[in-house]
Amino acid sequence: MTGTKTGTMTGTSMLSVKDLDVWFGHGDDRVDAVQGASFDVAKGESFGLVGESGSGKSTILRAITGLAKDWSGTIAVDGEPVGHKRAKSFYRKVQMVFQDPYASLHPRHSVDAVLGETLHLHGFKDIDARVVKLLDDVGLGNRFRFRYPHQLSGGQRQRVAIARALAGEPEILLLDEPTSALDVSVQAEILNLLTDLRAEHGLTYVMVSHDLAVVGHICARLAVMKDARVVEIMDVDALRKRRATHPYTQDLLRNSIGA
Amino acid sequence: MTLLDVENLWVQFPTRQGLFDAVRGVSFSLGKERLGIVGESGSGKSMTGRAILRLIRPPGIVKADHIDLEGQDLLKKSEKEMRSVRGQRISMVMQDPKFSLNPVMTVGDQLVEAYRLAHGSARKGATQAALEALDSVSIRNPERVMRAYPHEMSGGMGQRIMIAMMLIPNPQILIADEPTSALDVSVQRQVLSIMDRLVVDRGMGLIFISHDLNLVADFCDRVLIMYAGRVVEVCDADKLHQATHPYTRGLLNSLPRLDVPKERLEVLQRDPAWAEAPSVSGRVR
Repeated sequence: MTGTKTGTMTGTSMLSVKDLDVWFGHGDDRVDAVQGASFDVAKGESFGLVGESGSGKSTILRAITGLAKDWSGTIAVDGEPVGHKRAKSFYRKVQMVFQDPYASLHPRHSVDAVLGETLHLHGFKDIDARVVKLLDDVGLGNRFRFRYPHQLSGGQRQRVAIARALAGEPEILLLDEPTSALDVSVQAEILNLLTDLRAEHGLTYVMVSHDLAVVGHICARLAVMKDARVVEIMDVDALRKRRATHPYTQDLLRNSIGA
Repeated sequence: MTLLDVENLWVQFPTRQGLFDAVRGVSFSLGKERLGIVGESGSGKSMTGRAILRLIRPPGIVKADHIDLEGQDLLKKSEKEMRSVRGQRISMVMQDPKFSLNPVMTVGDQLVEAYRLAHGSARKGATQAALEALDSVSIRNPERVMRAYPHEMSGGMGQRIMIAMMLIPNPQILIADEPTSALDVSVQRQVLSIMDRLVVDRGMGLIFISHDLNLVADFCDRVLIMYAGRVVEVCDADKLHQATHPYTRGLLNSLPRLDVPKERLEVLQRDPAWAEAPSVSGRVR
């Protein structure tokens, strides 16, 4: 239902977040980064989180992956609630791609080492064949296998980061501003790649972006965040028809398409 | 009236493989207008801006037939003479205010220093002028901001402070290199409209360097589109969406649009001929 505060979905929900609070520091220094966020993402769906910097959208992703330690509420993956300590099997289901491809790859590890080590940690044996397959999946090919990050362009690095996230054959991919550090022409290539991968592997996406047009392209539903709270959850179709109810969403719309 | 006239500008860097041409034969003129320079990373747009202020250090090489600021060739000036051009006649606003403001000086001290350097006035008048400068960039509560340090400011406020500071010496030209790329969309428009108002009110020339085609289309009068160090197309900003060069068209088509959903985005097919064709001149005669 459009415009309701809690987006409940029919069918099985792959990822369910309920009454999520995330905070940093304690006592007087406590900052409540996320307050009472709830949403559900169905299997194979792609869900967007938009809002300005500091609104808590990336923090939600970090809480889901276990990078933000202080949280309360319920996070359930495939119907199973996750605890504060994540089991190894959790990371076979959920993986994350970060914003800055320049910062998220080790400068002294070759592409082969990055992917090989990840595969090893996931417990695979046929590492050699899988590295080739992963590079193929993200459209890089074998000739990039022994390159170092500085020998790659921004778009190629982001492809490596996506390959690394895909190594454990996850079901959910958390995308934190995956194209905001890239040129528009490269952004188009990466967005196309993400569209293809979702279709091929049946992935579920949660994508954070400040760019409504990018979220609108990839996602079918989205949550709008402001000051640590989810203010509106709606279908992208409704957004296109300018049926946003919250004044902040209307503001965002005006800023992105000048309507 | 032409404020700045650049002809056949080249910026080169020596590498192990020989000279690398970052900017290749760019020509343009700037009047009291808003000129946009757009292109992807590595297209030479920032280098063009920096070369005008002679900010490219050896081993980088800057060559041009001339870079005339109101008839005086900047390339013929000594380093000492350039100091009275930089900041005083041509100012520059960079991308990230975090790196442009001094982190260990209060905002007020920095503004007062800029004012006194530019006008050589007493401290008292300078403080008043600094408060007015903050007021002109729509900063509420300027007294409090004067006492604050840069890290206490948000990105949007930091960038407005930068703009206020750059405009203190009353320059004729402002070069803004991606001034809003580090800011949120909601703040972007606000900062731009403040900059726009100040530039128009004072009759300045603005060179607006950006990778964002839509922003440039909205905020500039004329646009140069750069690719591989060359200007591939010059057009009026309001006609940017009818641009004809395949590179410009490719960039425009690769943008996702909320109002026109499509399954797959168009991917830019680069033609080596674009990089080889000579620069289009952006000079108005």
